[in-house]
Amino acid sequence: MRNRSTLSLRIPQPKQRPGDKPDFSAIAIPPAGALERPATDASHRDLIPYAYSMIRVLNDDHKAVGAWNPRLDPAALIKGLRDMVLTRAFDDRMVRVQRQGKISFYVKSTGEEATAVAFAHALEKDDMCFPSYRQQGFLIARGCPLIQMMCQCFSNARDPMKGRQLPVLYSFREFGYFTISGNLGTQAPQAVGWAMASAYKSDDRIAVSFIGEGTTAEGDFHHALNFAAVYRAPVILNVVNNQWAISSFSGMAGGDETTFASRAIGYGLPGLRVDGNDFLAVYAAAQWAAERARSNHGATVIELFTYRAEGHSTSDDPSRYRPSDEWRAWPLGDPIERLKNHLIAIGAWSEKQHQALIEEAVTLVRETQRETESIGTLADGSRAPMPTMFEDVLAEMPWHIAQQKKMAGA
Amino acid sequence: MPAMTMIQALNSALDVMLAKDPDVLVFGEDIGYFGGVFRVTEGLQKKHGQTRCFDSPIGEAGLVAAAIGMGAYGLRPVVEIQFADYIYPAYDQIVSEAARIRYRSAGEFHVPLTIRTPYGGGIYGGQTHSQSPEALFTHVTGLKTVIPSNPYDAKGLLISAIEDDDPVIFLEPKRLYNGPFDGHHDKAVTPWAKHKASEVPEGHYAVPLGKAATARAGSAVTVLTYGTMVHVAIAAAEETGIDAEVVDLRTLMPVDIDAIVRSVQKTGRCVVAHEATLTSGFGAELCALVQEHCFWHLEAPIQRVAGWDTPYPHAFEWDYFPGPKRLADGLKRALEN
Repeated sequence: MRNRSTLSLRIPQPKQRPGDKPDFSAIAIPPAGALERPATDASHRDLIPYAYSMIRVLNDDHKAVGAWNPRLDPAALIKGLRDMVLTRAFDDRMVRVQRQGKISFYVKSTGEEATAVAFAHALEKDDMCFPSYRQQGFLIARGCPLIQMMCQCFSNARDPMKGRQLPVLYSFREFGYFTISGNLGTQAPQAVGWAMASAYKSDDRIAVSFIGEGTTAEGDFHHALNFAAVYRAPVILNVVNNQWAISSFSGMAGGDETTFASRAIGYGLPGLRVDGNDFLAVYAAAQWAAERARSNHGATVIELFTYRAEGHSTSDDPSRYRPSDEWRAWPLGDPIERLKNHLIAIGAWSEKQHQALIEEAVTLVRETQRETESIGTLADGSRAPMPTMFEDVLAEMPWHIAQQKKMAGA
Repeated sequence: MPAMTMIQALNSALDVMLAKDPDVLVFGEDIGYFGGVFRVTEGLQKKHGQTRCFDSPIGEAGLVAAAIGMGAYGLRPVVEIQFADYIYPAYDQIVSEAARIRYRSAGEFHVPLTIRTPYGGGIYGGQTHSQSPEALFTHVTGLKTVIPSNPYDAKGLLISAIEDDDPVIFLEPKRLYNGPFDGHHDKAVTPWAKHKASEVPEGHYAVPLGKAATARAGSAVTVLTYGTMVHVAIAAAEETGIDAEVVDLRTLMPVDIDAIVRSVQKTGRCVVAHEATLTSGFGAELCALVQEHCFWHLEAPIQRVAGWDTPYPHAFEWDYFPGPKRLADGLKRALEN
């Protein structure tokens, strides 16, 4: 007999499952304002602590504190609040529409509104966003008309994507919003390439990509970081760590041993870990990384630490794999509530104004839905003319597709 | 007109396009300072600068993805995958992204990307330096697939591919880089200089995509082929005395159906030849097209001469490679009945 212990295989498991009491006590939440704001040309070596700690601005008293406070004026904060409220209202309405059978599918971003909206506000309008399917807040913050987004979800006659794409897989070049792919992670190294092109052309625009923490397990995440570092690309590579990849907790992507921001270090990039439910912290980190990129100091990886409050999609039931009330226990709270409370704390807002804002958003979305439905829904047969199905495969229609178009009766 | 090898012709195409269009960028593994493992990019970095022609990390998915992002920005990137056998890590980016972006965005974004990659066997390359993966790309809607067989076409087709607004998979038969090869591995290789198609203009010219060429006119049987097999087919015709018409497809997708129909309706017989493995190879598509478009003109079953359905072996190179003997057998079978 060999005197050696046998091996055992570890399969990471979340601490709580359905029926368990939510417990986030293992998550270390540093106090707001604890971290200095380093120079944007700092070496990634000097920034290592930022990959393991957490940039936070809003404290428990709803005050903005510390060096990362971006000192936004109340009007900018109210605009941020409005875009987050509108995003949530849009999401809520679209899920109801899906439950009514009027659209086939939807993906909410509830609880993650700050990650997308604050980023959009911190960047320039002509910076290019390579989103995943959960950054609708970015699009709304950039002023994309809700009717266009809704027509896409309805795949109706005015769907800008002509009924070719699953709902929420938007493409809005006009708003710097790259065509969303169903294939996870592909957009991250594409964003690096876009940024390399911008640098090559001596442009001043930068790129930003968003992927979830689950997607960091894809090979494309590695390529994005490596290429970004090698070519010092002016890009911001975001990892929205909402703790869940469908039913898999973040530990299944490697997050229970380390942080996702820390992945940056090995590539020679700064990694910032940010309170993703703190609008001001997200804004400040985005601003820092954008300044770094625009000054030719290269890429930044940002882990936006948040919580996916709802199911993965309308095809998902999260009560089958996690405590159903987990979000209520989430230590970083709700991004909308936190910004609202901050505005109230600085005397720039009131509960009454907030209720009015919500009502305004709900009304706007409801009216947009009415208008969208008057154009048509997939269910009532409204859609782009069938022959358009054969267009845009190539720049010019090749003979065999033209033949198939004819065979289809078009 | 200078005589160029295929390598020099490809180099010239890149040189011409780098000089002509500031939005053209060339990058890939070992292609910058060093000039590429096959010398296709030799001298380009020195002449056009580091930001026009540069090395990339060894990450095929990454370099294709970066090129897609550049294409979305408005550049016209040309990337090299060192061997077609190593294109698979980039397959997701090619299939799910490059090929679909125009369609899924309803034309908002498109990717004018060219992916160059040496392919094919006959060089004792073994399993991972010999493959012919063209069918993996012709099956992907949204891509164009191009394969030259001589220096003149190589330059003209590559210029067309770079100028094309769609993603193009440009497969270069590495066995033909330095000279034509007809499958007679036991005979001395002739250099391109002795071949008519090595006369290559120095400046800009284009060979259109989607157009086949008649590599050998004939009346007895049509051979539909491309790449190295064009030369094998010509040799087989000469050696058997069978008056075969060898159609060099040049572009596999979209394929030149008119040229195929014209030739097969004339000869009434057809052999399809490629190095790639037989089953579900591009030859199957060619057979289907011929059957569909030329059924009443066919006088015999269509024959396929292809690589065996095995991985590409090392020691059995010439048992595997569909050389002139096997092609001759195919021609003879096509003439039966």
